[in-house]
Amino acid sequence: MKLVVIGCGRVGSAVARDFAADGWEVTAVDQKKEALGRLGDAWEGRFVVGHGMDSQILRRAGAHEADAVVVATNGDNTNLVIAQVVQKRFGVENVVVRVLDPARAQFYATLGLQTVCPTQTAISELGNRVRRTAQVLA
Amino acid sequence: MKAVVAGGGKVGANVVRSLLAMHHDVTLIEQRPYRHERLVEEFGDAAVLGDATEMHVLEAAGIARPADLALALTGDDEDNLVICQLARDAYRVPKVVARVNDPRNQEHFDLLGIGQTVCAAANILGLVEHEVPDYGMVHLLELRKENLEIVELQIDRDSPACGKRVGGIRVPDGSRLISVMRNGRSELADDSTVIRPGDQVLAVLEPGTEDELRRALLRSR
Repeated sequence: MKLVVIGCGRVGSAVARDFAADGWEVTAVDQKKEALGRLGDAWEGRFVVGHGMDSQILRRAGAHEADAVVVATNGDNTNLVIAQVVQKRFGVENVVVRVLDPARAQFYATLGLQTVCPTQTAISELGNRVRRTAQVLA
Repeated sequence: MKAVVAGGGKVGANVVRSLLAMHHDVTLIEQRPYRHERLVEEFGDAAVLGDATEMHVLEAAGIARPADLALALTGDDEDNLVICQLARDAYRVPKVVARVNDPRNQEHFDLLGIGQTVCAAANILGLVEHEVPDYGMVHLLELRKENLEIVELQIDRDSPACGKRVGGIRVPDGSRLISVMRNGRSELADDSTVIRPGDQVLAVLEPGTEDELRRALLRSR
């Protein structure tokens, strides 16, 4: 299976390494070539330097033949646009996109994107922990 | 008319000034505090501080009142695209217009159905192309809504199409050669029309296939 990860920061690089360890063919994309370092010395996957808004870069990364694409650059709007381009232009069905803003994450989910919102996860989880502990202490 | 304008740089501020002069109800969203201060000096309460890609900021600017028009004029194409999608799809604003900063991003606006766009760089380049006939292809008309454009191609001796019949020339999907102008006379092109050096060929095509058409009809460069 082929995975393209766009944005090779803390999140993207960890996802890339995880899937590579699982035997997937992984291509990571980042604007900065230094991001390659996050993939570790033993990285055997591909790495493409460039911006995910550039269709040629997406093609070079193999977005058109990917089984799945993860979009996790540090910009919500950049992620949302890239994810839609990958979905609509390259026809990838399994596109998962990180969106930090809960409102935008929710709205784009209604438009058919698989959004993951770490902020919403933190909000829910913080609340859950407090409630659970409060019950224990009561 | 109620308009929400995102981006208070030179473009946004000038547009807002004109809309206010036309007595429209306008709010302008700007996220840089120092720039916002300037805008308040001129536009008062009409200038709102915030990130126009955040839905609560758009709502504070009155987009849900509802607005008749949303203009995404920031210097960031991804932001402009998202602002347009939010305005159109989340708040049902009937008319959205986007500024495209980098002409390479035009295809993304087209793909996502943001039909009304303005790209200064592309417009200027278009004018330059009109002035430089050697370039081979001149954009005559763009029908954005229909996703079509009409171009004129100047055929010269090195053209790979010379001597070929129109029916035998491979043109991009969704494009068609319309007419051939020769010796000052224009005739509609059909499959049997033969292309000759000096011809000016009109073609209709889908935006984005220009290079392919250029390769088919003009010398390779």
